[in-house]
Amino acid sequence: MSNSALFLVVLITAIVLVSAALGIALWLAPRSWNPSKGSAYECGIPTRGSSWMQFRVGYYLFAIIFLVFDVETVLLFPWATVMKDMGTDGLICIAFFFVILTLGLAYAWKKGALKWK
Amino acid sequence: MWSFSQLTDWIDRSLHSVMGDGWALTVEFILIGVAILVAYAVLALFLIYAERKICAFFQCRIGPNRVGKWGIFQSVADMIKILLKELIRIDNSDKFLFRAAAFFVIIGSICTFGAIPFAKGLHAIDFNVGVFYLTAVSSLGVVGILLAGWSSNSKYTMIGAMRSGAQLISYEISAGLSLMTIVILSGTMQLSEIVEQQGQAWFIFKGGLPAVIAFITYLIAGHAETNRGPFDQPEAESELTAGYHTEYSGIQFGFFYLAEYLNAFIIAAIATTMFLGGWQPLHIPGWEGFNRIMDYIPSVIWFFGKTCFCIFLAFWVRWSFPRLRIDQLLSFEWKILMPICLINLILMSVYVIL
Repeated sequence: MSNSALFLVVLITAIVLVSAALGIALWLAPRSWNPSKGSAYECGIPTRGSSWMQFRVGYYLFAIIFLVFDVETVLLFPWATVMKDMGTDGLICIAFFFVILTLGLAYAWKKGALKWK
Repeated sequence: MWSFSQLTDWIDRSLHSVMGDGWALTVEFILIGVAILVAYAVLALFLIYAERKICAFFQCRIGPNRVGKWGIFQSVADMIKILLKELIRIDNSDKFLFRAAAFFVIIGSICTFGAIPFAKGLHAIDFNVGVFYLTAVSSLGVVGILLAGWSSNSKYTMIGAMRSGAQLISYEISAGLSLMTIVILSGTMQLSEIVEQQGQAWFIFKGGLPAVIAFITYLIAGHAETNRGPFDQPEAESELTAGYHTEYSGIQFGFFYLAEYLNAFIIAAIATTMFLGGWQPLHIPGWEGFNRIMDYIPSVIWFFGKTCFCIFLAFWVRWSFPRLRIDQLLSFEWKILMPICLINLILMSVYVIL
């Protein structure tokens, strides 16, 4: 059995689990409606406005740095697999990459991107 | 040691003798799906019960003790109750995404669950890029959490989802880098191969100091990835009511709850597979008699014993430490944990060369 087929089986299993449980709940659970039930829960105070608005996300800089490091992880995985065979050459080659990466992190740190404002 | 492949081969042969090839394959696929579903549900029930009992133990309480002997059916009762609760719909929410969020969370969790080698020969998905697959699929949960928070159209869920997104993506890097140190040591990304290589000595012993550091950083990062313990900023109940799933009720809330517990199990299972030798028994080089006795213990017991140990560590941490602030959380990851992981990676490659 190929892995891709098995992956599809597992994926379908997950979808079946969620759909079946949702179906059972929709079939068995009671249903009622009133205006305050349909409103967003904010501890009893009526909601003011939509929450789909612009607001300051303090951590968007973290997300940008994450992007760099996530791509770096993707690049490093193949290197890690063959590291044993390549020996010292592999380490020297990747050391340049690491130095640039560390400089980037140090720069972001120095600039205050990692500080909470 | 008895292998589960004997059982699966027997099922395969008997199915092929009864029906045609196409039907046999279909029945096998259905059997795999059912087995995964049952294992998933039973583990979830067990973990919820275990967590409540362990939590009670740390707080000098008794915990659930009414439903069944020692309250063992408490989580079954909870499951039935949660299925019978009304699914409340929020007027201003994005209805389609509100429903879709649970699918993403559960898919991310089950697809990772299917790739874990549980015992000798008991292994569904076995890609040759297994470790990579694990990190890729487990990050699908973030999408679900962000969708859940955004589609509810409520301030609490929005803030919870944003915090959760920042936290999950940050700690994912540390988790990936910790797993990478083991990939350097083993030279392969296939999970079955990694477990196979640990027959003589587990990687945490074989890899020396770098492997021990990677194990600890992986446990911390993995624990943070499950939104639990001192890292439960996204659902900090004292400030955000319930974080990203505030607006969910009934079984829809249940999905998030289920995925949270199973993710704790998955993190422990991956830590077991990568560092503690998976289903391999404890072998000490030179102690022939001891090694032979250890071989008699079935591989399932080894795997679940080690995984339960890791889960117990997670519960222990969860019920012992106060919650961190979100800025402390993020600076801990970026200023302490990740530099340690990067240095550890270099240390491990030097260790492998020497």
